[in-house]
Amino acid sequence: MSDIMKPAPHPSPLTQPYWDGAAQGVLRVQQCAACGKLRHYPRYLCDACHSFDVTWKDCSGRGTVHSWMVAHHAFHPGFKEDLPYTLVVVEMEEGVRALGRFTGEAPRIGLPVVIHFTAGSDGFALPAFAPAAGSPEA
Amino acid sequence: MALRDKAAITGIGETAYQRGATRPATALQLEASLLAIADAGLAPGDIDGIMPIGTTGASAEELATNLGITDLRYTAVTPMGGAGGIASIQTAAAAIQAGLCRHVLIAAGRNTSIAAKVGARIHAMPQFHLVTEFELPLGAIAPAQLYAPMARRHMELFGTTSAQLAEIAVAIRGHAMLNDNAIMKKPMTVADHQASRMIADPFRLLDCSLESDGGAAFIVSAADRARDMRAPRVLVSGIAEGHPDSPSAITQRPDMTRLGIAKAAPRAFAMAGVTPADIQVAEVYDCFTWVVLCQLEDMGFCAKGEGGAFVQGGRIALGGALPVNTHGGLLSQAHMIGMNHVVELVRQLRHQAGRAQVAGVEVGLATGYGDLGDGALMIARRG
Ligand SMILES: [Zn+2]
Repeated sequence: MSDIMKPAPHPSPLTQPYWDGAAQGVLRVQQCAACGKLRHYPRYLCDACHSFDVTWKDCSGRGTVHSWMVAHHAFHPGFKEDLPYTLVVVEMEEGVRALGRFTGEAPRIGLPVVIHFTAGSDGFALPAFAPAAGSPEA
Repeated sequence: MALRDKAAITGIGETAYQRGATRPATALQLEASLLAIADAGLAPGDIDGIMPIGTTGASAEELATNLGITDLRYTAVTPMGGAGGIASIQTAAAAIQAGLCRHVLIAAGRNTSIAAKVGARIHAMPQFHLVTEFELPLGAIAPAQLYAPMARRHMELFGTTSAQLAEIAVAIRGHAMLNDNAIMKKPMTVADHQASRMIADPFRLLDCSLESDGGAAFIVSAADRARDMRAPRVLVSGIAEGHPDSPSAITQRPDMTRLGIAKAAPRAFAMAGVTPADIQVAEVYDCFTWVVLCQLEDMGFCAKGEGGAFVQGGRIALGGALPVNTHGGLLSQAHMIGMNHVVELVRQLRHQAGRAQVAGVEVGLATGYGDLGDGALMIARRG
């Protein structure tokens, strides 16, 4: 382990439930209490009906790869030892997207993946994705 | 159509571009401002509007104090990153048309050698707060890393290749080699690009723009006043800004291969009364090669997905059908937040672009791209 800390998130009252979910191993996203529309990342208003009222929904954790990036250069010293690392943008089956570290071999668009959480700085749990069981990666 | 040909770019100025400048951003911004004011044939006291650009350099008040401007009537900022320069022209043109002021100074200064690097800087900006909380801790820190998934998806959906992105870098490097005020003068081949190290796959080092220092400025004036000025008139014929869906998070954007300029372009072309086929030179914001390709598609120079083929075969090099970034752009001249694209477009339309002059150019455009996909587009003509 590097002794240089990676940057940690700074939750606000608006986003705290997401991080509480992450700590429990769940992707928790906002759901409009008035019309039911899901949204992510957290914000104040439902863009469909403009209600402030919100509940939180636990996603299944299943999704498919929408795109990805492979980092070969560390723009922060805390990531140097991880190079190269892959981040995948995942379309969750509920319709929102999530970004996370990819723990498989070769991502491709449409690859079924499942979320898990890994330990980040300051005790925060960060999303990561592995290929879903039984899905050929390439 | 209210702004069509109502404003003109009457003065341009830029400092020497370099790496490792010792003068602070504000001094570089002021030097460029004085050059632009003099180029317009004005005195500093004639400036009554100021729009500072970027997160470095000085505020409008500080610029006015340095320039001895005692009757500043209009100030505004357009916090759109690299789209801010052209978005500011839109706002300046509207303010001038409304009679609020006569001559607006738009000026930027950068010293990346003294100030924080771009990767650190953006996360201090309020428009990046979601990215900072949800993506930075995962290792999506610098623009190269934040934008790479857009390019990757484009490549996967449409078959765009890294060698096609190389064609963009190579054409623009060729233009920089004609520009005495360009930082990168070494010839580049597609093979050089392909051999350059990977930064954030699919972006190699030679897909990425420079970190550099300098100042650039221009003056926007009422078109009828520009008639009395020294240089040939450069009229702002069409101008618009556009913001992508999910403007604060690329990750959540329904279509990652479509930038804000896709919304701005139809408005700007309609205002100017021209089509892409009429454009003779294009100064296209080039923080990364793929961002050029995507904007060319989004503006309608080719269909979505056809940008890779479009940039091949020398089409965007001088002598091609659509010369792009005749100054060398952010990729090879200097990263001047797109201000240098506006300066170059004005030079082209004045027929003062030296060895990079596109013969007989009458109509051209400049674009800006900023933050997480904001766009701005100016179509200008020699008038
Ligand atoms: Zn709702």
